[in-house]
Amino acid sequence: MNAIPPLLEVSGLKKHFPLRGGFFGGVSAHVYAVDGVDFSISKGETLSLVGESGCGKSTVGRALLRLIDPTAGEVKLDGNRIDNLPASQLRPLRRRMQVIFQDPFSSLNPRMRVREILAEPLTNFGLASGRSEIDDRVALLMDKVRLPRDSMRRHPHEFSGGQRQRIGIARALAPDPDIIICDEAVSALDVSVKAQIVNLMSDLQDELGMALLFISHDLAIVEHITHRVAVMYLGKIVELADRQTLFARSHHPYTRALLSAVPVPDPTIKRQRIILTGDVPSPINPPSGCRFHTRCPFAFDRCRTEEPVLREVSPSQISACHLTHAPGAEILPAGA
Amino acid sequence: MSITILPAGMTAAPDLADVLPPVKQRGKIRTLIRRHPTIVLGGAMVTVMLLIALLAPILFTVDPTALAPSKRTREPSALYWFGTDMLGRDVYSRVLYGTRVSLLVGFSVAVLAALVGMTIGLISGFLRAADAVIMRIMDGMMSIPPILLAIALMALTRGSVRNVIISITIAEIPRVSRLVRGVVLSLREQPYVEAAIASGTRVPMIIFRHILPNTLAPLTVQATFICASAMITEAILSFIGAGTPPTIPSWGNIMAEGRALWQVKPYIVFFPAIFLSMTVLAVNLLGDGLRDALDPRLAKRI
Repeated sequence: MNAIPPLLEVSGLKKHFPLRGGFFGGVSAHVYAVDGVDFSISKGETLSLVGESGCGKSTVGRALLRLIDPTAGEVKLDGNRIDNLPASQLRPLRRRMQVIFQDPFSSLNPRMRVREILAEPLTNFGLASGRSEIDDRVALLMDKVRLPRDSMRRHPHEFSGGQRQRIGIARALAPDPDIIICDEAVSALDVSVKAQIVNLMSDLQDELGMALLFISHDLAIVEHITHRVAVMYLGKIVELADRQTLFARSHHPYTRALLSAVPVPDPTIKRQRIILTGDVPSPINPPSGCRFHTRCPFAFDRCRTEEPVLREVSPSQISACHLTHAPGAEILPAGA
Repeated sequence: MSITILPAGMTAAPDLADVLPPVKQRGKIRTLIRRHPTIVLGGAMVTVMLLIALLAPILFTVDPTALAPSKRTREPSALYWFGTDMLGRDVYSRVLYGTRVSLLVGFSVAVLAALVGMTIGLISGFLRAADAVIMRIMDGMMSIPPILLAIALMALTRGSVRNVIISITIAEIPRVSRLVRGVVLSLREQPYVEAAIASGTRVPMIIFRHILPNTLAPLTVQATFICASAMITEAILSFIGAGTPPTIPSWGNIMAEGRALWQVKPYIVFFPAIFLSMTVLAVNLLGDGLRDALDPRLAKRI
């Protein structure tokens, strides 16, 4: 699909959180938040990681950033492993990987002015020193995210949600990273503001050429920004395909269910929806076989015993499902 | 790349930064009085008490320890404003000088307990291994009522204002360190702290730039309440003879000495008690106001 070696390569990434219980605080069980995830991101590419709440998509992002330490697996940045770096050697990595958080209110320290917030990464990585140099760099960052320069003297609480998210983006851009992990970066925003921020990130990607890992539960937004999509369910990737393929010819029943939940802004279109019943099973005790079999409308005996592996179902499309043909293809309108 | 897939008749939102609200400036003191009357009232009362303590020698007082056996137990009058006690000492002078002891103990304990508690709280909030040990010790200390702990500590030393301060401080530390630890633990999970870690900020800088400033508001509020409770504890210790030595007039001492004559000469107990109540009320009002002003969420919790 692309000949360029991947910027970020993730293989077999696992994160199990121990559950402590009892009087002596012994480990009684594990939460299998992320249980073997593989993907790669090329330079300047956008990969979206979608799935329901609690499927482990944010945990993947946090493990890549080394905000938490992965339990197992390899993460390679430009071919060098970063998952086992000691904490003392993480700083060069931090400069290359940045993060934008979901909540624009709690992701900015309420006691710091915008200038101080944006100056923090600059001084940490020695990218600017001295008052005037920092002022210049911060002003450039404010320009990049289309905020007025003089508002750098304000506190976060003086801004609206969308403006705060722009500040968060500016902070992520400050060290000129190669990849930005957007952890539900637009989920907390109003629809109109959401569109502005998505457009801004697209423009910035064109301008600066950084890769994006776009973690989201919202396929409608993902469709506008991404090159490829990975669908996660209960700690595993169930389908990974490029955007056109996934939105036109998705294979996995879970992806189809997610797609059928995306609203279509036309009340005259009658659609048959795949309604999933029940809740996501607990990641403490995931189902045997295919993890989706408890809610899958197409599950058969093999699904309950044998776990499907990711296999190529069409060029640039891999899916973890025992079904050979895309199930229920007729119940989705073409091009939905 | 920009949004291209839109249904007919719809346009994408323009790429404009939203309008910033203008910053408003008002008369600061008037706003303060209107918004936080308790801070102003409590602050004013505390200021009056501070002035009394500082200016005690020139506020028409006599030597508070001077004995006058011939003028024992005089009723309050133009000469002896608050009367005299059973050794003929002027109660007015003793109460005014007693303000010094109370405020000194209250403020010293508040500052010391806040500093030590903050340090312990930061350590146990950040170091998981230390946390387990420190918090078990704090649990043990908290299982003893603070006043009993202070009495026990005083029993080990000689009575002096310094030892009173140290004893009450030790008794108050567990509560402060628990509070700071809790705040630190919740702040550590804040996205802006994670963002700072992702931005390569080192741990000491995280603590001083992101954690510490955000613990100051609840800590200040807690310190005022500790100040009030320390003044009461000091009075209790002095009242039962385990605190400030009898040679130094303190409100607890005066009340203890007047206790025997309570039914015939109530004014000896009455005046120091009024001063103690008013001072504690003032500090608590100040603390309540600060709590509402600094941390509205905390106001609902406590």
